[in-house]
Amino acid sequence: MTDSLVLLDHTADGTLRAPVRELVTLARGLGGAIHGVWAADGAEPDAETLADLGALGVSRVHRLTADADLHLSAVLAEALASLLDATGAGALLVTSTFENKEVAARLAVLTGAGVVTDADGLVVEDGRLVASKTVFAGTWNTRCAITTPLAVVTFKANSVAVSPAESGGVPDVVDHAVAASAAARRVSLVERTERPASGRPDLGSAHVVVAGGRGTEGDFTLVEELADVLGGAVGATRVATDEGWIGHDAQIGQTGVTISPRLYIGVGVSGAVHHRGGMQASGTIVAINSDPDAPIFEIADFGIVGDLNEVLPQLTAALRAQQG
Amino acid sequence: MRRRCFAARDVAGSARRTQPPVGHRARGNVPDVRIVVCVKHVPDIQSDRALGESGYVVRDGGDGTLNELDENALEAALTLAEAAGGEVVALTVGPDDAVDAVRKGLQMGADEAVHVLDDAIAGSDVVGTARVLAAAITHLGTETPVDLVVTGMAGLDGLTSLLPTALAALLDVPALPLAAEVSVEGGTVRVRRNLDHATEVLEAPLPALVSVTDQANEPRYPNFKGIMAARKKPVTTLSLGDLGLSPADVGAAGARTAVVEAAARPARENRVLINDQGDAGTQLAAYLVENKLA
Repeated sequence: MTDSLVLLDHTADGTLRAPVRELVTLARGLGGAIHGVWAADGAEPDAETLADLGALGVSRVHRLTADADLHLSAVLAEALASLLDATGAGALLVTSTFENKEVAARLAVLTGAGVVTDADGLVVEDGRLVASKTVFAGTWNTRCAITTPLAVVTFKANSVAVSPAESGGVPDVVDHAVAASAAARRVSLVERTERPASGRPDLGSAHVVVAGGRGTEGDFTLVEELADVLGGAVGATRVATDEGWIGHDAQIGQTGVTISPRLYIGVGVSGAVHHRGGMQASGTIVAINSDPDAPIFEIADFGIVGDLNEVLPQLTAALRAQQG
Repeated sequence: MRRRCFAARDVAGSARRTQPPVGHRARGNVPDVRIVVCVKHVPDIQSDRALGESGYVVRDGGDGTLNELDENALEAALTLAEAAGGEVVALTVGPDDAVDAVRKGLQMGADEAVHVLDDAIAGSDVVGTARVLAAAITHLGTETPVDLVVTGMAGLDGLTSLLPTALAALLDVPALPLAAEVSVEGGTVRVRRNLDHATEVLEAPLPALVSVTDQANEPRYPNFKGIMAARKKPVTTLSLGDLGLSPADVGAAGARTAVVEAAARPARENRVLINDQGDAGTQLAAYLVENKLA
């Protein structure tokens, strides 16, 4: 039985980021109390959010405040170290964002915690925590035991289906104020701009992703239409973002966004190794490309050799008709 | 520029003497800015990569290469050093082959190279590796102050992205990870970074650590002159003993996680590949509906 802390990532207006609900579901498997951690950076959790967290199994929400900006990973790491100490929790679960991995790295040094990144599962086995993750661009499955008393694990989105706890209530909210060290304050956050919501699901956590590559020749209209009929996010290859056809934040790949949606559809995507590294762990992979030798067909569950300008309109229309 | 040596905190678990700031720059051959770039030798991502029985990455396939993302780190360091009149040291930790990573750095234009080579390092986790790098940078800093450490955004083998921040924490210097743009002016480093949900500009006084992304620059190719010149540049090999580290602090003994199971993922089954005969879109729609994906 391990008590856990779950970092409650949220938007600037206080909406929980979707993958956080998966983390709480996973934390229940550890058998201990689940503490939510809300970094109070201006936004506050509303009653609905607290009720949702309670239904998932969170018994208490710690509202972190600091005398420095909690968006600085060094400040947040110190605050979390203090809270881990205060609660005696044996595990900290966070989503796999770049910022949270910085926090994890710092906690490894500050607290001696064992860290696993980009996990998709966590269980207690023989009294120790074991995390599962895929490596080498989704081509290997591994399980890692954490041999230290404290574990910090970052999780990919779409790792587990969210489910409610057997019994839940509304968690109480307690304040936890920390003073940042001089060392943590040496970095100044000169500017921070949150990207506005696109109206589509967030690429990193979407259940469905439609990605466009070189084959689109810069026209993402059909890609966007298909994404919208499936309620999915729009992604792209490095070529497409480098060409300026779509923003860099849409880039799927080892150095961009790593995704593992239930359904990935690559449109005019050749499947270069860097791109595959960011999507190969997807549930079902569909590829549409005019080149029969495109490497993406080697990993596709459903491949179509054809002209995307013929296939996509037909596909989108058929799905629309299905939805009535 | 205000200069300070790196003085690592908690390297090998023991507190080290903190070097006082060195406020002058009147020493003979001291460059204006001294940058250490950490580079890594990794299995080629185009090759068949594997985990061995111990759960470690198989690194003897002969398909090793300089981690591609570290080329961006070298490029960033060389550009900064050229602008400020400085010096670049390429540093790596790893087995015999790993020296190829720093040699590539020398060919691109780094001035000197350091290879930390010790059998006891095998099996190190991220913090173990960061300890070795921190000790090596501190060692370099005692000769001539180090102003900036530059790394790539991730290693293409493990892809954890943990090392830069862990290294900065051990060195007790500010970390500015994931720079898509980096500049140094008047003893201050400034980066712009693109995160999952936001864009940020960070600033910190030197000495500091920066990791750069593959958006930061277009790495130069070593030219013939660079390749010839690299042959004459010094490569220093250091052992754990040279750095005052004990084998217990690194390697498998110091690791906090252990791979208990590793298997190549089974190939996908029941795969369908069709040539569009005019109804492929309809067929795909039916497939998605049948599999409850739409």
